[in-house]
Amino acid sequence: MISYILRRTVAAVILLLVVTAVTFAIFFLLPRLAGQTADQLAQQYIGKSPTKADIEAVKQNLGLDQPVYVQYWDFIKGIVSGATYDLGPTTAQCNAPCFGYSFKTHVEVWPQLTSRIPVTLSLAAGAAVMWLLGGITAGVISALKPRSLADRTFMGIALAGVSLPMFFTGQLALFLFTFKWPIFGRDYVPFTENPSQWANTLFPAWCSLALLYSAIYARLTRSGMLETMSEDFIRTARAKGLRERNVVAKHGLRAALTPIITVFGMDLGLLLGGAVITEYTFSLHGIGEYAVQSIKDNDLPPILGVTLLAAFFVVLANFLVDLLYAAADPRVRLS
Amino acid sequence: MEGKQTIMRRSALAAIAAIGTVSLVLSGCSKADDNSGNGDGNSKSAGADAATKGVVNASTAKGGTVTYEYSDVPDSFDPGNTYYGYMFNLSRLYARPLMTYKPAPGDKGNELVPDLAAAPGESSDNGKTWTYKLREGLKYEDGTPITSKDVKYAVERSNFARDVLSLGPNYFQQFLEGGDKYKGPYKDKSDKGIASIQTPDDQTIVFKLNRSFQEFDYLVAQPQTAPVPKAKDKGVDYVKSIVSSGSYKFESYEEGKQAVLVRNENWDAKTDPLRKQYPDKIVIKLKVNAETIDQDVRAGKAIDLGGGGVQAATQAEIVSDPDLKANTDNTYGGRLVYMAINTKLAPFDKVECRKAVQYAVDKKSVQTALGGPIRGDIATTVLPPDVPGYKKADLYATPDNKGDAAKAKEQLKACGTEKIKTNISARSDRPQEIAAATAIINSLKAAGIDATLKQFPSGKYFTDAAGVPAFNKKQNIGLHMMQWGADWPSGYGFDQQILHGDAIGESGNTNLSQLDNADVNKMLEQAIATEDAAERNNLYAEIDNKTMEEAALVPLTYFKVLLYRPAGFTNLVSTAAFSGQYDYLNIGTTKK
Repeated sequence: MISYILRRTVAAVILLLVVTAVTFAIFFLLPRLAGQTADQLAQQYIGKSPTKADIEAVKQNLGLDQPVYVQYWDFIKGIVSGATYDLGPTTAQCNAPCFGYSFKTHVEVWPQLTSRIPVTLSLAAGAAVMWLLGGITAGVISALKPRSLADRTFMGIALAGVSLPMFFTGQLALFLFTFKWPIFGRDYVPFTENPSQWANTLFPAWCSLALLYSAIYARLTRSGMLETMSEDFIRTARAKGLRERNVVAKHGLRAALTPIITVFGMDLGLLLGGAVITEYTFSLHGIGEYAVQSIKDNDLPPILGVTLLAAFFVVLANFLVDLLYAAADPRVRLS
Repeated sequence: MEGKQTIMRRSALAAIAAIGTVSLVLSGCSKADDNSGNGDGNSKSAGADAATKGVVNASTAKGGTVTYEYSDVPDSFDPGNTYYGYMFNLSRLYARPLMTYKPAPGDKGNELVPDLAAAPGESSDNGKTWTYKLREGLKYEDGTPITSKDVKYAVERSNFARDVLSLGPNYFQQFLEGGDKYKGPYKDKSDKGIASIQTPDDQTIVFKLNRSFQEFDYLVAQPQTAPVPKAKDKGVDYVKSIVSSGSYKFESYEEGKQAVLVRNENWDAKTDPLRKQYPDKIVIKLKVNAETIDQDVRAGKAIDLGGGGVQAATQAEIVSDPDLKANTDNTYGGRLVYMAINTKLAPFDKVECRKAVQYAVDKKSVQTALGGPIRGDIATTVLPPDVPGYKKADLYATPDNKGDAAKAKEQLKACGTEKIKTNISARSDRPQEIAAATAIINSLKAAGIDATLKQFPSGKYFTDAAGVPAFNKKQNIGLHMMQWGADWPSGYGFDQQILHGDAIGESGNTNLSQLDNADVNKMLEQAIATEDAAERNNLYAEIDNKTMEEAALVPLTYFKVLLYRPAGFTNLVSTAAFSGQYDYLNIGTTKK
């Protein structure tokens, strides 16, 4: 088990290095191929009418006068051991993990990320609980009573959930529950400050996100359960005289869970990297919002920070999925 | 300044456009609950455009919280590191510049009044030396006195340390004597600073310029002259602990999310005839969904900080409902939407070919593409009507502004050709600009001008594409979509960056026509050295006329903002000084 975790950790670190290298390459090399010079790049971070001296100074300050590999090395070094930055009248020590300072706003990236992680985590975790409960329950009921009214209703809702994009359901929920009937609050409150207000302000966002995802999970569960419930071991379990509830929950659902866990790992990991549209719709200051702003500003350090964080969450989620496989399906062994 | 709008990635734009559609549907459903847009439902509308003519909901009542919402984030709250008009407007609450604009409706808002200074600048040496005396008894939020040395330091840090504070304008760097040599206060650690700003005593500050500059009072109205105590300056980190000189100070600041201002107890009304300190608290919420802002504005809960006006969905509803329209302020935003013609690129290096474009463009269809008359009147001059120096003229009039293919063909013939093949640049993340460019392409076809649309993202438009002359030559881009607003409300403030030959650079160029006309350059320099304002304005009108004779750009529309006036807020005036935004200095609230 320990060697498995070690191997996965080493693989994850290599993957993250590759992700940063590719992001660096996209940011620096592709524009260069299109003819962009370092001066033009630097000029994006200065106001109007910069002098040559201004451009040179910005290039130097942001490290853009260095070869790309040196900049990449400095970035990696900063994450591991921190870095020192020139703030103007003083210098500041950026402690590890240091993702540098924004090229545009000159604000340190790491505190921005850490202040936004709880928002995205709150959004993703709450929605995940809802879609797992809703999706799996609907899928199981539909599978146990195929072509029944319940099945058709659930699958109809699932189809609608998949078809309606987030920016529609989100805007609808926002309008109905915060403007028309202001049942829910709008300004995010941290869980640590007030758990009930935290849930109250996030509920419409959870519902909107959960509607989209639970639809997928309902259909996945239904097809998995339909297949599993016709397997020999289910017939054996029934023949042994087990109660139907146990047959469904302990044998049927457990076997059908494997693909759901796989998809869940990917979905959750991706969401933790930023639920862009949901955060935009509900004005939540999460990772996704930060990512969009950074890309808009062509601001490398935050882009790298968000990319690394998103990749980290995907890797972590997949790692946890692998561990869950073993729990869900005893036939799977970690090797 | 270049027309700054919320910029989104194209992928996000699709979603946002859809959100607009959804909200159009939803807002349609909710019409019965709108209370005719009065928000609290108990106040009568002052009528359409009321805040452009007078003070709406005038009140001296104190207390409550005024909330501003913005769909994006400003470049910086640091008064020395911002270039956004709405931040010039807002920052005055915590940072007092030497001069500022009078909180007044419409064109009256263009009037300059002393703020930190006791009186307008006294000029000598034919406008090359400007002296200001500070008011007595000025204090920072911590009770320490404000001196002229702090103003000098603020100018130095904001203009001469652009490697660190890079986002604001640098006019002082351009116009101060020795401005090209001074290294800035962060590199030059001596206490002397730049020699051309002198502070003979704590109340006096003298600026020595490298040329006559009769509009210097406008320059010192920028937030860059708001004092910064050297001992408290932390460079880029100063934004986290700004020391207030205004009527409000920061209670909290969360980068990219929110700022909260509360009363500055050390601000003294006796030193400040402009600020009234009405609300207890001012909350500025950032990155709020644009549709949510519209809903909140209509509910009387917030003011749109950006002041760009309502979203398309809300606009559609407002236009069709007289009750809602009565709560709007639809006014010029001090901006011109235009198409620059590259005067250095054949065949547009010949004036006749440029005139052909002038006649060929169907401005009516362009106006429709840009959102109709409510979003802009058809333009025929460089200066918009709300900028001093504007004089009505129409050198290339066409029937109903729909273009005149026959006249265009005549001009083409005079240019020695019958057909032109060129490209037109526009910003990919500005759907209306793309729509306007498409309308232009269609109208040019009738005259034999075949233009192909080339799209570039806003962030790279000036640094990598339209603003790079060599790139335009290589790509045969003869026409450029553009929008422009003045850095200060005068002909020079508007024209210098887009018409003067000196403004042409290798990249980051905003003189997209690459106009380097000796007469225009000379008149601009002559105007800024002219003391008499009326005479200056005449020169600006002449510059306008000369530019149009040269056919260097096609004016398309005089941009108009459509603000929904939120109920529950007091002392609302839409001022020309800040692109039609409400003046943020004395807005209060009726909700306690």
